[in-house]
Amino acid sequence: MELLSGGDMLIRALHDEGVEMIYGYPGGAVLHIYDAIFNQDKVEHILVRHEQAATHAADGYARATGRPGVVLVTSGPGATNAVTGIATAFMDSIPMIVISGQVDSSLIGSDGFQETDMVGISRPIVKHSFMVQNPEDIPTVVKKAFYIATTGRPGPVVIDIPKDVTDPAKKYPYSYPESVKLRSYSVPSKGHTGQIKKAVEILLAAKRPILYTGGGVVQGEGSALLTQLAQKLGYPVTNTLMGLGAYPATDKQFLGMLGMHGTYEANMAMHFSDVVLGIGARFDDRVTNSIAKFCPGAKILHVDIDPASISKTVAADVPIVGSVVSVLEEMLELIKLSETKVDSKALELWWKQIEGWREKDSLKVIPADNDVIKPQQVIQTLYDITNGDAYVSSDVGQHQMFAAQYYHFDKPRRWINSGGLGTMGFGFPAAMGVQLAFPDAVSVCVTGEGSFQMNIQELATCLQYQLPVKIVCLNNQALGMVKQWQDMQYGGRYSHSTYSESLPDFVKLAEAYGHVGVRIEKLSELKQKMTEAFAMKDRLVFIDVLVDPMEHVYPMAIKGGAMKDMILSKTERT
Amino acid sequence: MRHIISILLENEPGALSRVVGLFSQRNYNIESLTVAPTDDHTLSRLTITTVGDDRKIEQITKHLNKLVDVVKLVDLTEGAHIERELMLIKVKATGSQRDEIKRTADIFRGQIVDVTSTIYSIQLVGTSAKLDSFIAAISGVTILEVARTGVSGVSRGEKVLSV
Repeated sequence: MELLSGGDMLIRALHDEGVEMIYGYPGGAVLHIYDAIFNQDKVEHILVRHEQAATHAADGYARATGRPGVVLVTSGPGATNAVTGIATAFMDSIPMIVISGQVDSSLIGSDGFQETDMVGISRPIVKHSFMVQNPEDIPTVVKKAFYIATTGRPGPVVIDIPKDVTDPAKKYPYSYPESVKLRSYSVPSKGHTGQIKKAVEILLAAKRPILYTGGGVVQGEGSALLTQLAQKLGYPVTNTLMGLGAYPATDKQFLGMLGMHGTYEANMAMHFSDVVLGIGARFDDRVTNSIAKFCPGAKILHVDIDPASISKTVAADVPIVGSVVSVLEEMLELIKLSETKVDSKALELWWKQIEGWREKDSLKVIPADNDVIKPQQVIQTLYDITNGDAYVSSDVGQHQMFAAQYYHFDKPRRWINSGGLGTMGFGFPAAMGVQLAFPDAVSVCVTGEGSFQMNIQELATCLQYQLPVKIVCLNNQALGMVKQWQDMQYGGRYSHSTYSESLPDFVKLAEAYGHVGVRIEKLSELKQKMTEAFAMKDRLVFIDVLVDPMEHVYPMAIKGGAMKDMILSKTERT
Repeated sequence: MRHIISILLENEPGALSRVVGLFSQRNYNIESLTVAPTDDHTLSRLTITTVGDDRKIEQITKHLNKLVDVVKLVDLTEGAHIERELMLIKVKATGSQRDEIKRTADIFRGQIVDVTSTIYSIQLVGTSAKLDSFIAAISGVTILEVARTGVSGVSRGEKVLSV
């Protein structure tokens, strides 16, 4: 057997696991590992400028490709800087492996230089974690980590490695295990057939059905089957923020996103439905609004791979634990065999009602009359000039909601956003990860001048690796979503949400980093300037779009209400 | 309602902190906790008593099951079971109280395991309720120290918790 040091073993194990790329930042505790990276050319390392960005880049890569993102950081501050990114991935169930250096085994617990208890700090935000104690364990630990991170409900796994474990002077026999088995970890696969049968019967007998699907359908590669099911039944479909793209948004059966900033028709249809089939969605508070008033007349059928997600907030009438693909396949089969047929008359009435809600056109954009750009118009233009086919990564805030509402995703894994944790600073590094995964694709970061400044340093990374990310900044000179809430609930007292006097010149800033900057201030020049920017295929372009600073995101759920209770504009509510 | 959850846990560093962390992270309550190795040195057995309605307990057991270090678990209170807790209680024992305490300890089938001229240390085994009753029964006595192990338990009859 080949003899390798711990550091070499780690990188070899990553390669044997199929890892092509890792994102990281060196430091004392991982120097042996970085030397191992230097001595090979199979696993590419991307040097970011802040460890948080490494995690978001790996996350963006994972969301776009479906393969786990891999991060390498040093001990202490390197590890703690990664924490926000790990929590982001955890909340959205993204497979990620974070390898953190640790001080020498002999120093652990002594408050050594750059020592921090990474396993302890990350415990509530990882699916699992390992502290490697012997170099010989590295291959098995890596195998286990990938197995855990990528199966079942995916999530981040931390591997903490003390420096002495990667000592280049000590070599050990290396072999990579083909598979691992953990007696304490089993992956639910097929759902319970009896339950699925029950669900199918209820679904077929429904008079006002709706399919409510989430990130699990994207993660679980269930989009094609979901589309098949929805179209076979002719039922309306709504997606959560995380689930966008799982069902083609331009299809007539799609009602748009639901929830806090969902469309009028999606939220109304949910509220008045008699059967809700939730798939890979977790009935999150941003969707349900008041649990007590949630879908009062509906039977809840809930498919999820994570048993703990079922009946966590909303009690399911028919819980089904299983992978999205296996359950949907079985459902489609059972529908074929069932004697119950879709009640087409009831369905027709239901669609008529839905069309009535649709006519409200809750995402209608009222243009300003003075050439001022409405933020929604930027997303509409972006959608047009990219033919709806870009990878859109987003930061967090108003721009995120506008992107979710106005960019109609027809394919899964195209919409990359921090839905659960709501991490500002996520979008740009995520867009880098997407671009690295798909060098020829259009990778856009929709951001705001607030979020962007949270990971602005990655402009340097993009220059180093020639990443032609297009950054569309909806610049409203304020923390728009905070300001919106202050408008609506705090009498317009803008406590620390504005900073227009101290904003940088983003064009000059982009140029200083060696990129192209474009500023757009008038609606009349929006489309042309954006088209020109996107035509620069091999350059990163920062497109700073000055938008109406007073615009709010609507519809918006009325706090404490049912899903049907929405504010539709500054002057209208349901 | 009070539940007793018994867990077989991988005997790995950090495993216990994952279980305990889960409770604080999700705002669940731990009333008592015992943990020790089993006959299989790779496994620890952990017993937690907690309080919650059915829905909460269901969430607790689901989340515990998700922890990679948790091999198996059972909610003992779902069926017939035996629960035991051990208490060492040190009390002031002077004058006429010396006899009275001894009698009460006998009634509860406790043993005085250490004696000085003014102090008894009593060992008592039973359900938590029984231990509570003992403390109530010696209410006039000055209690100097109470050390309880927390609940441990097994199912009655054929049912076993094993790998």
